[in-house]
Amino acid sequence: MTGVFLTILKRDLLLTIRQSTDVALVMAFFVVAAALFPFGVGPGPETLGRIAPGIVWVLALLAVMLSLDRLFQQDWEDGALELITLTPAPLPILVLGKAAAHWIGTGLPLIALAPLLGIMLNLTETAYPILIAGLALGTPSLSLIGAVGAALTLGARRAGLLMALLVLPLYIPVLIFGVTAVDAAVAGFSVRPHFLYLGAILLASLALAPLAAAAAIRNAVE
Amino acid sequence: MHRFANPARFMRVAERLLPWFLGLGGILLLAGLYQGLIASPADYQQHETVRIMYLHVPAAILAQGFYFGMALGSASFLIWKHPLGDLMARAMAPVGAALCFICLVTGAIWGKPTWGTYWVWDARLTSMLILLFLYFGYMALANAFDDPSRGHKPAALLAVVGVVNIPVIKFSVYFFNTLHQKSTLFAEGGPSMDPDMLLALMLMLGALGFLATAMAIIRLRGEMTVVKLRAARHGLNRHDDATQDVKHEETTR
Repeated sequence: MTGVFLTILKRDLLLTIRQSTDVALVMAFFVVAAALFPFGVGPGPETLGRIAPGIVWVLALLAVMLSLDRLFQQDWEDGALELITLTPAPLPILVLGKAAAHWIGTGLPLIALAPLLGIMLNLTETAYPILIAGLALGTPSLSLIGAVGAALTLGARRAGLLMALLVLPLYIPVLIFGVTAVDAAVAGFSVRPHFLYLGAILLASLALAPLAAAAAIRNAVE
Repeated sequence: MHRFANPARFMRVAERLLPWFLGLGGILLLAGLYQGLIASPADYQQHETVRIMYLHVPAAILAQGFYFGMALGSASFLIWKHPLGDLMARAMAPVGAALCFICLVTGAIWGKPTWGTYWVWDARLTSMLILLFLYFGYMALANAFDDPSRGHKPAALLAVVGVVNIPVIKFSVYFFNTLHQKSTLFAEGGPSMDPDMLLALMLMLGALGFLATAMAIIRLRGEMTVVKLRAARHGLNRHDDATQDVKHEETTR
């Protein structure tokens, strides 16, 4: 089973590297959108620093959402997805592999860029490790929940917009605990409860999201 | 339970119940409005605004109940492939969304005089807003495919996935100590409110419950007609194609 998981992970990672502009575009969106906020709310360092964790998290959510079409759309269009479902290996494991590849191709670069956004938005120094750790714990959930949304909207009209409507409400809990963790760290409280919530969400989506996404894929390739 | 999975049989029972639901709902609504607006006392602290509760709380309970029913119907559709469960979920969705909307709007109107604001990002309010988004997402996904029958399963899956939100709404006032009050209806040791108020609340809950169910039955009748029409048209088209093929053959001959 791990063999199948690794095979699909390797295949998707290879595709990600070959089409590295996709990753670059998402990262560019992350940075450019962050540069809009100083113009929108004014360049006052106090204001920006206060809302910086929220901006980074919201933009991470949007960046992940914008890259979700990479998960299944292309494979669905060229028929590869149908062949993948025909393999005797359990489909949820394959979905898990694709979600893992998506996280490595989107979540990890976002985490790597987060400190840059922190500097741009004057984030308090003590907040950096918590923000990074929170993103590391939260973004895998975003990829997994997003896989469900991406699978459900395969073949739908206006799939991108529809996906936003489906996925963003389900992202709200991750956003809440990711931001409250940073706020707690800045205010000098314990971050443990917030991280425990993020971990719980990750475990729940790790167990349930592949099953739901696999069911949706089966319906799409029928 | 599977006995009633036959849509025709289910519909016969539902059609017979419909006038009763409408009648009971109407009577309870009149009684509830009288009890809620005239006979029950004003609150010692909130004065007359407390009467918003008689619409707000039933709408909230039913909005969640309808979503749960939708998820159950969708689950039965996914597990046993009963089309009835899916049709029920489709019929319930707009009714539940309307109830959810009523709950949010009455809550906002109630919040202004008592909390001093229309809206706060309290856990209860936010999770209720997510419920409304889930209703919207369900309806959008169910109608997002060119082939209408393609939308059934994805929408049913979404309804089942979204059920994680229901316990979040229920327990949000216990886990996160925020502005929205805790439940007085399902409190330990029974409801802690004036019996006159409780009576008004129960009457309105019954009224809204019966009327919303009646509306769902009427909508279910519509959904079934759509399916029948589609099947009939599909058969007709096939028939047309067949006759055209025959004609085509005749002309080529």
